[in-house]
Amino acid sequence: MNDLAPDRKYTNAAIPVGGVDPHPDKPSGEFITDVVSNDWVNDEYKLLVVRAAERALTAYAGQFYHLLCPSPDGAEVWMRRPMSIYKVDKAATCLEFLYKCEGRGTQGMATLAAGDKFNVAGPLGVGFSLDPAWKNIVVLGRGVGLATLAPLSQLAAENGVGVTAILSARKSNLVMSEDLFDELGATSITVVDEDGSSAVENVEKILEKLIADGKADAFFTCGSSRLLKLMQNLGKKYDVPGQVAMEQIMVCGIGACYVCMRTFEVNGEKTLKRVCREGPVFNMQEAVGW
Amino acid sequence: MVDLSVKIGDLTFQNPIQPASGAFSWEYNDVIDLNRLGALVAKTICREPRLGNPTPRMAETEAGIIQSIGLPGKGIDYFLENIVPEYAKFEPPLVVSVSSESAEDFAELARELSVPDVDVIECNISCPTRNTTGGNFAMQEDHTKMVMEGIRAATDKPVWAKLSPNAGDLVAVALAAEEAGADALVIANTFLSLKIRTDNFRPALGNKFGGMVSPALKPIVLRMVYQVAKEVNIPVIGVGGVTKAEDVVEYMLAGAHAVGIGYAGFRNPSALTTIIDDLETWCDERGIEKVTDLIGAVKDDDMEMDPLVAASHGV
Repeated sequence: MNDLAPDRKYTNAAIPVGGVDPHPDKPSGEFITDVVSNDWVNDEYKLLVVRAAERALTAYAGQFYHLLCPSPDGAEVWMRRPMSIYKVDKAATCLEFLYKCEGRGTQGMATLAAGDKFNVAGPLGVGFSLDPAWKNIVVLGRGVGLATLAPLSQLAAENGVGVTAILSARKSNLVMSEDLFDELGATSITVVDEDGSSAVENVEKILEKLIADGKADAFFTCGSSRLLKLMQNLGKKYDVPGQVAMEQIMVCGIGACYVCMRTFEVNGEKTLKRVCREGPVFNMQEAVGW
Repeated sequence: MVDLSVKIGDLTFQNPIQPASGAFSWEYNDVIDLNRLGALVAKTICREPRLGNPTPRMAETEAGIIQSIGLPGKGIDYFLENIVPEYAKFEPPLVVSVSSESAEDFAELARELSVPDVDVIECNISCPTRNTTGGNFAMQEDHTKMVMEGIRAATDKPVWAKLSPNAGDLVAVALAAEEAGADALVIANTFLSLKIRTDNFRPALGNKFGGMVSPALKPIVLRMVYQVAKEVNIPVIGVGGVTKAEDVVEYMLAGAHAVGIGYAGFRNPSALTTIIDDLETWCDERGIEKVTDLIGAVKDDDMEMDPLVAASHGV
């Protein structure tokens, strides 16, 4: 008879690990996952590993999950936080998220410990696609944007596509996922602010060399507006197609609320698209930057 | 097992749970079974294609979110050709929400929307962020009466008036809508709000003002539903802060025939169907045979007063 019991504050019919899935055929769902680990990978980034129900493991590179983050400070975190998938480990039935502890959502995520429950909705959105004609691709990521590009590199490796990964960061100890890219057989090139190697002019030289060497059938980027601009310019100049993963504040994550709009230029006309539904991965040449 | 069905006008809904307009689209079918909902409620449509308001369109606050979407859409022709058929794939009645800045165009839109696959026309006469000058007829009773009379004359479909919690005298506006021929009232739209960032001194939303969406609105909107339901003879649909089955019960006790849900579906995409399940369980556990028995069943006519307080009131 206690209407104010805290467990009745919200309904929650999310599907737990081992639970009955009422909609096995639906592309997305709301899942209660079990936290396996949540460890620091460097001074700013953590890696969250959660065990999830089978249907939650259908994500592919570039798709995202909408995360119901716990509060870092006792006040409510009202909305979910969208986060691209870092890794799907089907053998271990786990999802992995690599994140920078920055805002309230990710600071709340950082408090999760092994054994905790974590509600995730997904997989959502349109991810990366690989044209069978592409033999070699270049991924260029800045900061946490590399977390989004890592599963793409895995997908490429699985399809026999060669990957050159240009990893950009402020400092060398913040370069993300170098080991993972190396493991996948990608050629990784690290550029950082502290020695000036991450300057746009230098990255431009690297990209032009890759194009000349026939290593750039397509461009992929995430995490930096100026690197997006660079790849757009070179893509136009040398006729290299590309895709970009975009971010935006979201509410529903499903396409209903029209909160997560960004501007795109399609056939010379500016238009708004939903990052959650039409994206988060878009044709690079249509993106306007931020 | 409890009978969850409710009648609003001549239409029967299999349960009193509906999405709130603006907070829902057929894309939710990716996650839940839309055929379980009481109704499908499309996003508000306008005559012309609209991009909507500048971003950011949402900001979190201490007690909920404020949002300013600006009724984006591809216009009524696209809506009739492409969106209505998406909803027609599902069984629940389709409520289409419509907005305009002029009463004449509002009526004409209602006429054009009166197609077989549309079951109800919800008149969004209360969008708080549409713009600062027009479209928000529900702020005043005479404007409400004028626009609703025009719509009533233009269509035989059931018309629901979505009212504004920002109006000074909501009961007067509700009576005006009823007098003009509305078949039901949707109470309420979002609360006009503002957030200013202290890091850069700028409004947090691209449109400056936003509408507040939050469980914190429930006691306020519940009070509005209670006050209006006591005065009108048409059904009321309560919209504001429903996050669980008990909230539905509360709204029905206050006099609502049904509820609209927005925020809870944002937070938990499976919330709407869960609330239907929970409402059924709640009723069954209490031996309630028809959910309609709850409508207006609040026990407030025999409230006992402390004798000392009663004496001071001269009772």
